[in-house]
Amino acid sequence: MAKGVKPRVKVPKSAKAGEAIVIKTLISHKMESGQRKDKEGNIVPRSIIHRFTCDFEGQNVIDIILAPAISTNPYFQFEAAISHSGEFKFTWYDDDGEVYEEIRAINVT
Amino acid sequence: MKKLAIITVTVFLSIKAASADPDNDSLIINDDIQLVTETAAPIHLENLDTIYSGWRFRTDETQALQVDDFDNPAMVFVDKAIDLFNTIDGIEGKACVSCHESVAQFRGLSAIMPKVIDGELVVLESFINDHRDQVMGAEPWKWSGEKMQSMVALIGLQSRGMPVNVKIDGEARPYWEQGKEMYYTRFGQLQLSCANCHEDNYGKMIRADHLSQGHANGFPTYRLKQAKLISRHNRFRGCIRDTRAETFAEGSDEFKALELYLASRSIGLTVETPAVRQ
Repeated sequence: MAKGVKPRVKVPKSAKAGEAIVIKTLISHKMESGQRKDKEGNIVPRSIIHRFTCDFEGQNVIDIILAPAISTNPYFQFEAAISHSGEFKFTWYDDDGEVYEEIRAINVT
Repeated sequence: MKKLAIITVTVFLSIKAASADPDNDSLIINDDIQLVTETAAPIHLENLDTIYSGWRFRTDETQALQVDDFDNPAMVFVDKAIDLFNTIDGIEGKACVSCHESVAQFRGLSAIMPKVIDGELVVLESFINDHRDQVMGAEPWKWSGEKMQSMVALIGLQSRGMPVNVKIDGEARPYWEQGKEMYYTRFGQLQLSCANCHEDNYGKMIRADHLSQGHANGFPTYRLKQAKLISRHNRFRGCIRDTRAETFAEGSDEFKALELYLASRSIGLTVETPAVRQ
């Protein structure tokens, strides 16, 4: 299991209906590409986050496939426009099978 | 003819404003903490009238990374340091938190470091390693290693927004004099002193780099170039190496003295730790 993995998200607590809000996410992860070799010449096994999704009340907002060339601690910033209050669910899928989740509620007025 | 002269002067001034000098942005972090990035130089600084934070010399894109803590890449390391603060290490079975209730109690410490304790000049790194050695019975951390600099950043963060206020009289005086001597000494084959770039020529470009006044109030700093936290002594070493000189060691008495003198040049600016630079 990859060590020191910690997801972080930043979502405004409230917004106006239909207004585009900015969502920021970051997961601390080593993102080992699988291309490097150690001192003995053995390949360091690949260990990356390979997929990231964000859903709002069951509806998909963004779905991203990550590739080995992406650098450490991948950061995503995107916008969403929502019409009612609810919860954002963020999910990161690790190569080792681990799934990291964060949930943030937003109040729409 | 006179009119022409005035036009020439105007053109010259506008070019200067565009390519040199710090910009006019102001730094408010998380829409909350107002930092001082420009103020009158401390009295002992004979050759400068105004001191500017290094933040003012960076591009808008780099500046933006420091405005919101979520965007600040150094905060990943600060988070790691919080875990370290609570982790037991060494033969005594203690963590930092065993003695120091909360890291918040270090508020103000980084603003007055380095300082003289029991006749010896102490910087934060040596302070931390002394505690690890004597109280925790733990292995010392490497000076510029990730663990050490993450911890220095975490402790520094507690003082963010407080004015730098190191003591330079009394017992600290001889160390300060030593640091000042170093600051104005030309090193290496290129025969450059700190002052040649950061006092005489700040605001100008040195190849692709916009020279700042070289304040250390944002250290440890996340440097985009290295993608990690950089210690003050690492940066000193880098600068002296670039003059093609043999450098001093990280943690040496020379660098500690230079750190004190440099801090005294920033008196009046606020602690910015952890800053983001190019």
